Amino acid sequence: MSVQHAEQNSYLQNLLNGHPKLETGKQAWLNALRSDAVEAVSKLTIPTTRDEEWRFTDLSMLTKMSLQPAQATVKLAAADIQRFHIKEAENRLVFVDGVYAAHLSTINNSLITLNNLSSLLDKRGALLHAHLAQQVNSEGNVFAALNTAHLRDAALIMLPRDTQAKAPVHLLFIATQKEVVSYPRTLVLADNGCEATVIEDYVSLQDEAYFTNAVTEFVLADNARIHHVRVQREGAKAFHIANCAATLSRSSNYQSVSIAMGARISRYNLNVKMAEGAECSADGLAMISARQLADTHTCIDHAQPHAISRQLHKCIVDGGAHAVFNGKIMVRRGAHHTDSQQSNHTLLLTDKAHIDTKPQLEIFNDDVKCTHGATIGQLNLDEVFYLQSRGVSHEHARNMLTYAFGAEVIERISVASLKHSLEQTVLEQTSAPI
Amino acid sequence: MIYADSRTILEVRNLCASVEGTPILKNMNFTVKSGEVHAIMGLNGSGKSTFSKVLAGHPDYEITSGTVIFEGKNLLEMAPEERARAGLFLAFQYPIEIPGVGNSQFLRLMYNTVQTHRGKDELDPLEFDDFVREKMKLLEMREDFLDRSVNAGFSGGEKKRNEILQMAMLEPNLAILDETDSGLDIDALRIVAQGVNQLANKDNAIIMVTHYQRLLNYIVPDFVHVMVDGRIIKSGGKELALELETRGYNWVSDEFKAASRVAA
Repeated sequence: MSVQHAEQNSYLQNLLNGHPKLETGKQAWLNALRSDAVEAVSKLTIPTTRDEEWRFTDLSMLTKMSLQPAQATVKLAAADIQRFHIKEAENRLVFVDGVYAAHLSTINNSLITLNNLSSLLDKRGALLHAHLAQQVNSEGNVFAALNTAHLRDAALIMLPRDTQAKAPVHLLFIATQKEVVSYPRTLVLADNGCEATVIEDYVSLQDEAYFTNAVTEFVLADNARIHHVRVQREGAKAFHIANCAATLSRSSNYQSVSIAMGARISRYNLNVKMAEGAECSADGLAMISARQLADTHTCIDHAQPHAISRQLHKCIVDGGAHAVFNGKIMVRRGAHHTDSQQSNHTLLLTDKAHIDTKPQLEIFNDDVKCTHGATIGQLNLDEVFYLQSRGVSHEHARNMLTYAFGAEVIERISVASLKHSLEQTVLEQTSAPI
Repeated sequence: MIYADSRTILEVRNLCASVEGTPILKNMNFTVKSGEVHAIMGLNGSGKSTFSKVLAGHPDYEITSGTVIFEGKNLLEMAPEERARAGLFLAFQYPIEIPGVGNSQFLRLMYNTVQTHRGKDELDPLEFDDFVREKMKLLEMREDFLDRSVNAGFSGGEKKRNEILQMAMLEPNLAILDETDSGLDIDALRIVAQGVNQLANKDNAIIMVTHYQRLLNYIVPDFVHVMVDGRIIKSGGKELALELETRGYNWVSDEFKAASRVAA
């Protein structure tokens, strides 16, 4: 074993410390899941920039940190988190430093089962067993394995057949302590023909460094429709690594909008696997400045015929920030009549801003319609000129167009108050005059 | 309309402009007085669209020589936004789309910015709403038009109407309509033209840049100019447009070449 490997191992062993002790009980499968994950971690290392998948995202700063799960829970009052409330959401699950906070959570909708892992194990153990950790695999994914090894509290949303949850479900993950690692975990089981909006929201009440390592899984049965909104607004020194996977059955529909604004270093992996006739959109906006790095890796897997995918990923890079986008579209043998469109547009606001972008089309079929396009650039001069010709100053015109560039993605969020507050954030950051 | 007591709004003298080193405007001379409606006609590539963009201050064009005086000031020294505030308006051939910015927000920002620079009061959102709805009636625009993003998903006709709406709000001294008729159906053309006609008065002036005579049936010009290879080679009254429509452009060029030979 090389010295480096040994060092890595001790770092990972350290991260494994404090994973839940195995209890003997009827939920043996859960213990097995955790211990398999512990086993998986021991075979893996923290990726370096020599790994193709991590070429542009250097985690050495993360490995220099001493991290542990929250030892004591910070008792927050409802007023402390008031500003994060989304008024449309009737249901809210709140996790503080990874620990479920029942007193801050609100569960109103009797139609859907919305719960924390421990309280659901007895009643729905079999269902959980069938799906938990089945979409995001521990194998070869050290961060997913670490998350599963620490699996204790989780947000579980079960949407019954043919129901429509009109109000969105808000999952709020709050960081309050420095040098703490949390393992947010979400599982959404959408039964046939149901409809719902799920908001995954990462926020911080402090500015020191910490680490969020999240895993989110969606299972959509036939004809289910899910709108997934993901907002990453972590603290400025945070590390945020998240793995999300969605498995789409026949004719189901998964619309996701992911906004990355926070964290010093963030990485989001999204994998969508589509069955026949499924539809998905996987839109994203990374808006970063100073020395932030935001890395998004997506893989949309057209496993069967007649599936439709749409992807619009945008980056606004200011200061000396660095954005990464890797968008893979896979069309498997036999996935006839696949219809896929991907576009990635990046706005670099300074000379030092940086983007690495790579569309990756892997098509094993003839009979498909796949388009992709990427643009990288400064603001369009014709657009700036148009606004100037209406009396708007050059600076205001630039700010307004920067805002509009980002707003195109934010507009796709169906929750009005969240959309509005994110638009306000972008307005403030761009100093747009409207 | 031609008035005896008119003032000179625009005076272009020997204007030459190029884009990336290629000369486009070659000794352009052109004068506009208050109350007048001018039509500049010409084939694609004659430089007529360049001329309108140069007047509005597009950064892609380099002015190599000549002067432009607008309302007594040196236009070429002014930034595009200063030109707009001073009363110059360009209705774009291809108005840009700004997804994410509401049309009413944009119109209010535009209007208030220009009003402030003209030493007038801004309108608050409610006052503005009344004001803009009044102007929209002029162009037979639907109410939901204000809630949509600027030009995003607008049809060609809606974009052009939005341009004329902006013109109606800013009340320019000089409006340049760059191919405003292109892509419009007869109904839209009639509405747009009606809007322009209502805005024309004895203190302002209009320049229409167009390919076709069609628009001139609705907005009747006092002068028609033919532009070829970066300059005006023939000017006349509205009947010149009809002649161009039936005879094409070649005879004008031929006539000009013959005259040049004689002069030489």
